[in-house]
Amino acid sequence: MKDLDAMPVIAKITARNVDVFYGDNHAIKDVTVDIGDKAVTAFIGPSGCGKSTFLRCINRMNDTIDICKVTGEIKVEGSDIYDPDVDPVQLRARVGMVFQKPNPFPKSIYDNIAYGPRIHGLASTKADLDEIVEYALTRAALWDEVKDRLTAPGTGLSGGQQQRLCIARAIATAPEVLLMDEPCSALDPIATAKVEELIDELRENYAIVIVTHSMQQAARISQKTAFFHLGELVEQGNTDDIFMSPQDERTQNYITGRIG
Amino acid sequence: MIQLAIIIVLLLAATSFILGRGKARSLAGANQVSLHSRPVYHGAYGAIWVAMAGIAAISLAAGLGASIIESQLMATIIEAAPTASNIQRELVLSDAIALASGDIASQEDKLRLQIADSYASLEATRTWVTAFIGIAAAVATFMLTLRQISLSWRARNRSERIVSYFLWGAAVIAILTTVGIILSLMGETLNFFGKIDWQVWKYLFGLNWSPLSGVQSGEMDPDKVGAIPLFAGTIMITIIAMLVATPIGLLAAIYLSDFASPRVRSIAKPMLELLAGIPTVVYGFFAALTLGPFIRGAGESIGLTVASESALAAGIVMGIMIIPFVSSLSDDVINSVPQSLRDGSYCLGATKAETMRLVVLPAALPGVVSAVLLGVSRAIGETMIVVMAAGQGANLTANPLEAVTTVTVQIVMLITGDTEASTAAGPAFTLGFTLFCVTLLLNIIAQRIVNRYREMYD
Ligand SMILES: Nc1ncnc2c1ncn2[C@@H]1O[C@H](COP(=O)(O)OP(=O)(O)OP(=O)(O)O)[C@@H](O)[C@H]1O
Ligand SMILES: [Mg+2]
Repeated sequence: MKDLDAMPVIAKITARNVDVFYGDNHAIKDVTVDIGDKAVTAFIGPSGCGKSTFLRCINRMNDTIDICKVTGEIKVEGSDIYDPDVDPVQLRARVGMVFQKPNPFPKSIYDNIAYGPRIHGLASTKADLDEIVEYALTRAALWDEVKDRLTAPGTGLSGGQQQRLCIARAIATAPEVLLMDEPCSALDPIATAKVEELIDELRENYAIVIVTHSMQQAARISQKTAFFHLGELVEQGNTDDIFMSPQDERTQNYITGRIG
Repeated sequence: MIQLAIIIVLLLAATSFILGRGKARSLAGANQVSLHSRPVYHGAYGAIWVAMAGIAAISLAAGLGASIIESQLMATIIEAAPTASNIQRELVLSDAIALASGDIASQEDKLRLQIADSYASLEATRTWVTAFIGIAAAVATFMLTLRQISLSWRARNRSERIVSYFLWGAAVIAILTTVGIILSLMGETLNFFGKIDWQVWKYLFGLNWSPLSGVQSGEMDPDKVGAIPLFAGTIMITIIAMLVATPIGLLAAIYLSDFASPRVRSIAKPMLELLAGIPTVVYGFFAALTLGPFIRGAGESIGLTVASESALAAGIVMGIMIIPFVSSLSDDVINSVPQSLRDGSYCLGATKAETMRLVVLPAALPGVVSAVLLGVSRAIGETMIVVMAAGQGANLTANPLEAVTTVTVQIVMLITGDTEASTAAGPAFTLGFTLFCVTLLLNIIAQRIVNRYREMYD
C-alpha cells in the first residue's frame, strides 16, 4: 500500500477503524481510508463485500436502518460526522447521494430539482431558484433535453434521463461530496457514457465516491480505487497502480475475474 | 335412506379418486412423465363425475317420484270425491300426508286414512328407488371414468374445466343476487313514484318528511315525502364523523407507518384494528348513553341547549368507528410509497417530517382520498349508531346540537313500525335505492382514484 501522504490530492473524508454491524453480521471490518477532494474514488469488490454499506456510512444513511451500528471515526473536512452534536440531516445536505435505481419524486422536473434548495432555503426569489435549477440541469447535461418541459413529471423521463435528473437533484443542494452507488447499472451504454462524462466534469468541484462493478468504468473515470473483500478494505491507491500492479493476491484475482 | 345413499355416493367418489390415481400411477410405471396428467388429476376427474352423477340422479329421481306420487294420489281423491272443490282435495292430500308422518290433521275420515296408507307405501318405494338410482348412476360413472384412464387421457384439462364451471357458477350466483336486489329496489322505487303521481322532484327536493301520516289505503301525499331533511341529517352526521375520523385516522397512519418504532407499531396497529371489530351496536349505546348525555351536560353548563339525541354525539361516535378504516387504508397506501423515494429525500438533507409532508403524502394522496371516500360511504350507510343516538323526527337544521334524523333511521322506522308493510315498503325501498346510488357513486369515484394512483407506481 502506498503511503497516504505521498498522494497528491488533499483528503476530504478520512475514515479510521470503521466497523459496521447489522445485528450480528459484521459487514465492515476495521476500514481505514482517505478520500481525496476534487477526485473520483472508486469502490470495487465482489457482491456483498460491504461497498454500499461503507458508502452509506459517509452520509449516515445507515442511521435509517434500525439494526445497523457504526463504530470508528469518519471525518468530513476534519470534523467527526458521528459526533453527537452533528445533525445527520445537515450532514446529508453536504454529502449528496445518487442511487443505483433512479428515484425521481413523482413531481415535475422543476420541482424535483428545486426540492433540496427549497428545503434549505438556498434561493430567496423565484429567479434565484430558476437559476439553480438551470445550473443543476446544465451540469447534469440534461438541460437541453428538458428545458421545454420543466413542468412535465420527472417519472416520465427515460431511465438514463431519470438518473441524470437524480444527479442534478443532488447537485442542486450544493453538496461538497457526491456518493454514487452503481449509478450506471440500470443504464444502457450510451446513457452510461453520458453519466461518466458528467462525473468526470463534476470532479473539478466535488469529492466523488462511486461504487461500481465494472472494472472498465473504474479504470476510465476514477483517480483512486479501493478494493473491498468480505468487509475488509484489502487495497487502496491510485487507480493505475491498482489495475497495473496490484499488491494483494485477492485484488489481482478480482481484477482478472477469478473472484467475484 | 336417501341420506345413506348420498353418503354411499360420496364414498364411491372417494374410492374412485383413490383407484383412479392408483391406476394412472401403475399405467405410467417407472416413467411418470409419460402421463399427460398427473395421477391426482385422474383421481379427481373420476371423483368429481361420480359425485355429480350420483347426486344429480338422486335429486332428479326424488323430485320426479314426489310429483308422480302426488298426481296419483290426486287421481284417487278425485275418483273418491268427484264433487269436492280443488281446495278441499288439496286439504285432503295434505291431511293424509300429515297422518302418514304421524302429525295432526284437520280431520280424520276414511278417505284420508286410505290415502295416508297408500302415501306411506308409495313414499317407501320412492325412497328405495331413488337410493337405488343414485347409487347405480354413481357406480356406472365410476366404471366409466376408471376405464377411460390412459396415458394420454387429458384428465387435468377436463377436471379443471369442470372446476372452472363451479367457480363460474359461484360468481354468477353472487352477481345474480346483487342484480336481483337492485332490480327489486328499482321496482319498488318506481312503484312508489307511481303512488306520488310521478312527482319525483317532490321526493328529491321536498322539505317535509312524514310519509305515513294520514295514509289510507296506500295513498301517499306527495307533499309529505320530501327526503331533503333526511339527507341533510345524513350529510351533517357524515361530515361530523369525517371531521373526527379523517385527521385522527390519517395522523395515526402517518405515525404508525413512518415514525413509530417497530415495537410500538406491532402493538398499536392491531389495537387500532380492534376498534374495527367492535359491533356498531356497542358504539350505538355508547353514543346514546354516554356521549349524548355528556355533551348535553357540557353544553348546558355553558348555557347552550343541546338535544339529548344530538347530531354531534352520533357523528363523533360514528367518526370513532371509522378511524380504523381510514387509518388502516391510509397506512397501506403510505407504506406502499417506495422506500427509495424516502431515501432520495433524506439524502438531500430533508427531515423525516419534510419527507412525509413533501414527498410521501403527495405521492399517497390519491390513496388517502379514496380511503376517506370509502369512509364516507360507510358513514352514510351506517345504521345502528344513528338509530340509537340520532333523532327520529325529520328536522331540517344546520345546528349540530339539535336532533336530526338520517335516511337509514327512517328506513328502520318504516320497516319496524306498525304500519302495514306494503304501504311502508314504498318509501323505505325508495330511500334504500337512493342511498345505494349515492354510496355506489362514492365507491366508483374512490376506485377510480385508487386505480390512477396504482398506475403511477407499477
Ligand atoms: N439493510 C441491511 N440489513 C441487514 N444486513 C444488510 C443490510 N444491507 C446490507 N446488509 C449486509 O451487509 C453486507 C454488505 O452488504 P452491501 O450491500 O454493503 O454489499 P455491496 O458490496 O454493496 O454488494 P453489491 O455489490 O451486491 O451491492 C451483506 O452481507 C449484506 O447482507
Ligand atoms: Mg451495493
